[in-house]
Amino acid sequence: MTPRASEPDDVLLRRLVPQVIGVLVRRGADFAAAEDAVQDALVEAVRTWLPGPAADRPQDPKGWLVTVAWRRFLDATRSDAARRRREDHAGEEPEPGPVPAADDTLRLYFLCAHPSLTPSSAVALTLRAVGGLTTRQIAQAYLVPEATMAQRISRAKRTVSAEVARGDRFDRPGDVATVLRVLYLVFNEGYSGDVDLAAEAIRLTRQLAAASDHPEVAGLLALMLLHHARRDARTAPDGALVPLAEQDRGRWDTTAIAEGVRILQAALARDRLGEYQAQAAIAALHADAPRAEETDWVQVVEWYDELVRLTDSPVVRLNRAVAVGEADGPRAGLAALAELDGALPRHDAVAAYLHERDGDLATAARLYAAAARAASNVAERDHLTRQAARINAGVPGRR
Amino acid sequence: MAKYLLLKHYRGNPAAVNDVPMDQWTPEEVSAHLAYMDDFAKRLEGTGEYVDGQALAPEGAWVRYDGEGRPPVTDGPFAETKDLIAGWMVIDVDSYDRAVELAGELSAAPGAGGKPIHEWLEVRPFLAAHPSVTD
Repeated sequence: MTPRASEPDDVLLRRLVPQVIGVLVRRGADFAAAEDAVQDALVEAVRTWLPGPAADRPQDPKGWLVTVAWRRFLDATRSDAARRRREDHAGEEPEPGPVPAADDTLRLYFLCAHPSLTPSSAVALTLRAVGGLTTRQIAQAYLVPEATMAQRISRAKRTVSAEVARGDRFDRPGDVATVLRVLYLVFNEGYSGDVDLAAEAIRLTRQLAAASDHPEVAGLLALMLLHHARRDARTAPDGALVPLAEQDRGRWDTTAIAEGVRILQAALARDRLGEYQAQAAIAALHADAPRAEETDWVQVVEWYDELVRLTDSPVVRLNRAVAVGEADGPRAGLAALAELDGALPRHDAVAAYLHERDGDLATAARLYAAAARAASNVAERDHLTRQAARINAGVPGRR
Repeated sequence: MAKYLLLKHYRGNPAAVNDVPMDQWTPEEVSAHLAYMDDFAKRLEGTGEYVDGQALAPEGAWVRYDGEGRPPVTDGPFAETKDLIAGWMVIDVDSYDRAVELAGELSAAPGAGGKPIHEWLEVRPFLAAHPSVTD
């Protein structure tokens, strides 16, 4: 593959990582050994030519990576074999790796999201083997020590290699849901430390969409683009959360919205609805409203009905109650809420909002304070605390 | 993927089952206890779940602001303070159930007679900085 015009070298390298792993696997390396060798080659590139002047850059970065990684693989295999000879007096070469799938990159996505992995392991392995991030970058993004992340990744690789050795096939069409779940988790982590995980998730989902033909992959990509388009408007300069209804819609990224809507429409036209397409459809309805008051809440409720049918998730039912409150008034929203378990996360926050709109300020303030105590993150806790304080100070809401 | 604090108390937690103060153990029992804690941390690093572990001195001071241009006021320690933190471990795990499982193992550290202490540890979830993007 040739470098794309104006693509920075580090981005190019990361795009090449899954391809180079694929080459090594095709030559007979097993997945774990190939991944190790390519990571070594990547670190070598970062250490040698990547920071230097353009003249130091190899003419063919992919060829360079393949050569260095293959040499590392052979060195590791030789020292492994030597160690085994010393330990077991047996000098066998390692077993040849699995026969590669037609598309090496696609196969890697499936391996890294293998159902035998815990979610956090699948996420870490995907970011390294498919995303080409270094262990240090992944550790920084998830705020854990590098040694811990290194162990998490190496255990994940051992697990996957063992599954492959057992002859496990894990790249059937239905399994794509597992891959999408991992990418969704990466996206939801957002931005922390040096690594923009949301942007990385979009890059990986885009790459997956190019290599596969599944409307839910397109649905997830559309969902990510539509949410990402609102990122700058989601927080105030001081870091405070800005709710959807109060966001400055002029700060939404119209290019990302247009792309998300286009991808979603093409996916919906194939008439194989899934939860990511339905979520993206709701995000698109919000993106489509020039002002919050112009949101088509009736359609939003209809899409939530689809989502309830597809997922039967209590969290979806909770969000549906909010939409019902907007479409049919706060009493209707409270009636929908009454059917749900009061212990659901954010139940109190939704109830507080609906009670305030219904004019019951004392109940709203009490529930906002309770919701703040139950919040799972600082930004939301602070937002809910301010809502309670605002009502207690007699300041009306914005609507 | 969530972080939890496993909090160990000198004081303020309910009484342990094997509730003999450490200074009344044999030196070997003390060594065995410390080795258990060390192994536990190493094992968690191996499973990719370890974030941090620290021990605290039992004695500290209370400090507060005393107005513009004045040095802070210090006081204490106050013997009547009910809660006294001994140390902590921070873990990064896939579920609350896994955090509870690990706290249970940590509470099984050996004490007097080489028997598990069964001490009460506090498990507290960390608050993330932000809600997830699609929330």
